[in-house]
Amino acid sequence: MSTTRSTDGAPGSIAPVGETPETPPSILTKAPATTGEAVARGRRRRARRRLVVMLVLATLVVVVYLASLMIGKTFYPVSDVLRVVAGDDVAGASFTVGRLRLPRASLAVLAGLCFGLGGVTFQTMLRNPLASPDIIGISSGASAAAAFAIVTLSLGTRAVSIIAILAGLAVAILIYLLSYKGGVAGTRLILIGIGVAAMLDSLTAYVLSRAAEWDLQAAQRWLTGSLNGAGWAQAVPVLVALVVLTPVLLSQSRNLSVTQLGDDTASALGVRVDRTRLVVIVAAVGLIAFATAAAGPIAFVAFLSGPIAARLVGPGGSLLIPAGLVGALLVLVADLVGQYALGTRFPVGVVTGVLGAPYLVYLIVRTNRAGSSL
Amino acid sequence: MTTTHTLVAENLVLGYGDRTVIDGLDLLVPPGQVTAIVGANACGKSTLLRSMSRLLSPRGGQVLLDGKQVHKTPAKQLARTLGLLPQSPVAPEGITVADLVGRGRHPHQGMLSRWSAADDAAVAEALDATETAGLADRPVDELSGGQRQRVWIAMALAQQTDVLLLDEPTTFLDVSHQVEVLDLLTDLNHARGTTIVMVLHDLNLAARYADHLVALADGRVHAAGTPAEVLTESTVKTVFGLDNQVIVDPTSGKPLMLPIGRHHVTVTPRG
Amino acid sequence: MPSTPAGPTASGAAALRRPRRVRALWLLVVLAVLLLLVVASVMVGSRGVGWSDAVAALGGSTEGFDRAAVAKRIPRTLLAVVAGAALGVSGALMQGVTRNPLADPGILGINMGASLAVVTGLAYFGLTAASSYVWLAIGGAAVTAVFVYTVGSLGRGGATPLKLALAGAATSAALASFVSAVVLGRNDVAGGVRSWQIGGVGGGTYDSISQVAPFLVVGFVLALASARSLNSLALGDDLAAGLGERVAIARGVAALSAVVLCGAATAVTGPIGFVGLVVPHACRLLVGVDHRWLLPFSALVGAALLTGADVLGRIATRPSEVDVGIVTALVGAPFFIYIVRRQKVRAL
Repeated sequence: MSTTRSTDGAPGSIAPVGETPETPPSILTKAPATTGEAVARGRRRRARRRLVVMLVLATLVVVVYLASLMIGKTFYPVSDVLRVVAGDDVAGASFTVGRLRLPRASLAVLAGLCFGLGGVTFQTMLRNPLASPDIIGISSGASAAAAFAIVTLSLGTRAVSIIAILAGLAVAILIYLLSYKGGVAGTRLILIGIGVAAMLDSLTAYVLSRAAEWDLQAAQRWLTGSLNGAGWAQAVPVLVALVVLTPVLLSQSRNLSVTQLGDDTASALGVRVDRTRLVVIVAAVGLIAFATAAAGPIAFVAFLSGPIAARLVGPGGSLLIPAGLVGALLVLVADLVGQYALGTRFPVGVVTGVLGAPYLVYLIVRTNRAGSSL
Repeated sequence: MTTTHTLVAENLVLGYGDRTVIDGLDLLVPPGQVTAIVGANACGKSTLLRSMSRLLSPRGGQVLLDGKQVHKTPAKQLARTLGLLPQSPVAPEGITVADLVGRGRHPHQGMLSRWSAADDAAVAEALDATETAGLADRPVDELSGGQRQRVWIAMALAQQTDVLLLDEPTTFLDVSHQVEVLDLLTDLNHARGTTIVMVLHDLNLAARYADHLVALADGRVHAAGTPAEVLTESTVKTVFGLDNQVIVDPTSGKPLMLPIGRHHVTVTPRG
Repeated sequence: MPSTPAGPTASGAAALRRPRRVRALWLLVVLAVLLLLVVASVMVGSRGVGWSDAVAALGGSTEGFDRAAVAKRIPRTLLAVVAGAALGVSGALMQGVTRNPLADPGILGINMGASLAVVTGLAYFGLTAASSYVWLAIGGAAVTAVFVYTVGSLGRGGATPLKLALAGAATSAALASFVSAVVLGRNDVAGGVRSWQIGGVGGGTYDSISQVAPFLVVGFVLALASARSLNSLALGDDLAAGLGERVAIARGVAALSAVVLCGAATAVTGPIGFVGLVVPHACRLLVGVDHRWLLPFSALVGAALLTGADVLGRIATRPSEVDVGIVTALVGAPFFIYIVRRQKVRAL
């Protein structure tokens, strides 16, 4: 009769039900062992690549983090830096490294993680790498609110963070509602996001121009993002946001991957698309808003982290953690470059903007050519 | 291996916005058979299919799978029994065939569960069944239309459902690929007893491949039964508004519909 | 009115035509509104001014604070009128050339390209005369336009509104970073980030206006010359060629004109967005899609819009003022959103 039929009914064999070997051949015969092996091998290979990339990225982040603690007007060797981190009091280093560089570098990593995670989530959700929260107005909303809260209302950091996240969520809801016309079309949502971003950017510029004088430093932070003057007060809320929201995102990462197949297909595979979308967007907006409230809308990090991670990791797996690590790396490197590599001190947002621009162009060209834009 | 499932629509009312598309439809899907749904454009075929797979909530009536309301069943649980291949599925850029087929295992995986041997086996079976094993590592966007459609069917197969709904699986394929896909689905039905419901736009292919043919018109089932019973001149005239003649297809013994237009015909339309 | 080109559909031809009387009427209305706004612009501001002082100041007298204030407002008003007209026509031309309802020098990043070129010239090449950096502005605008259009047309469907807008938004953001980078390095010379990232008419002087005037004239003349071709191009390249239009030349001339107008205006005002988007849409509602009427109307309505926006910016937050670029963004963006919502998704 039929060949291997597991007695416990486990889906291990697909021997034709009730057919004898003499019936006309159907192409549905028992799966040769080689296909299964090939599939498993391929999957393991991709998982290995992903793991390797993540480890390399994490190592790089640590290395550049330490480097940014060591490099500066005064160079401190690794031993001193590690001692300061451990809590020892080292003459000279304790202040420069402990008070100035440590919070700055830490904020760089934290903000980079937030932007990377938030950016890739939006890009996956909207199925378009060009639909990043800094293009469709989420960052603009958070930074307009933060600028307003700080410059006009003179509020403290905690209040600013809260206002920024509320503004970010409000903008996300606004864009969603505005683009809802019997359903949400991705095209319309992205375009409306661009319009809203333009409005909010001009609001930010206005708020800044109302400041006592055109304070260049404030302008830099809220228009392009800057880590100048960063302290623990800015970094801690971002850390809290990461700790709380990252698990939320990770819990949805499988569902998120499946939604890439289109709403209908995802629903057919058992994903509650609307609920997933809501949870994931709230988490992403939260991350972006907290990071923006602390460091401003650092240009292009949210935009580029996902695509760069995708190139490194290859298609098919979840990009959340790799994108976060890429974001952290981008911000760290850009801040180092902005501070010491060029003649003048440039804020991190300008560096990411300038260095990111060519890659951005390349990305648009590639996306359009591959036809995966909406 | 497959258990038979009864899929029934009772007095179904479906619509979008202020438009009612399906109005009081009753349908019994014969278990273990291939059912084809045909009808004029925008008569609600896709809408009906989407409602049967829980994508669209009914305004009235219900869809029952084994006596339980489909819309009250948790999504993942339903997805283990009933699968849908929608009209225009989207493949993420650069995804390989094996990965895409692997996504079909989603309903069987919890949030924390890792890939098991059973998952791998299901994917392998699906690839072999659709003869796409050789394409396993290639990106889906490099494949031809016919190959891509087979890969999507493989994904639906990897889901290992007993009921499979397909919304226009042959629409954008050339004729050889259309036949290829329909032969594959027939194999699946014969080998595993999977209940298949597919929306087809080609009346003659539907008549040839279906065990059970359903013609929709005016938001209801106009005729349902074997192809010979349903594909009659009067039915085609009513459902499609087309003068026609129905003969017996010499290659398959099933009914064949010949359209009669205004030119190049040697017979006068009857009736 | 000369007969309109034969369109492929009756509705197309009908849409092209509006009763001559209606257009003439709207012309009068728009002119009146413009005049009113010009007067308001001269009279109103952070300080109120009396009628007699205003007239005397127009005559050239600058005695006393009031007349001096008015004397400062005249070039400002003139700049608003001229730049508004240029941006309005530029937007209409861009929408015509790209057949894209969302085309606008701001959205497509062309303004930023002009700004960047000027700022670079100021900071690194020490150019100070408005006439020299107008060339830079036009060059920057041209390069950016070509770039954004090329990038936006790659792939399926050509330059769809979405792809063009995304390419423009991304390019604009990138260029804004470059502007920041340049200006931060040479803050003293470049005159500050602010004037090159937000447009305003406050810095208008007779001198700077007269230096860009020749470019504006050239731009306007080229625009009017393109009007008839744009009507044909609206039917699609293939159909236009079938009607005997030399498509490549027509598009080139129209695009050149758009770039010249946009560059010249931006050279003096800095980047002002949304005027080129809103004005043509509004004018189409008034006078239809015949470019021979649309373009002149866009000039007038654009002038009115920018002047009005400037007046609004001056009185809304007395005694301080809001730059025109911010006002147009705050008013124009909702309009942009409205346009997007109105379009069927497939048309986008």
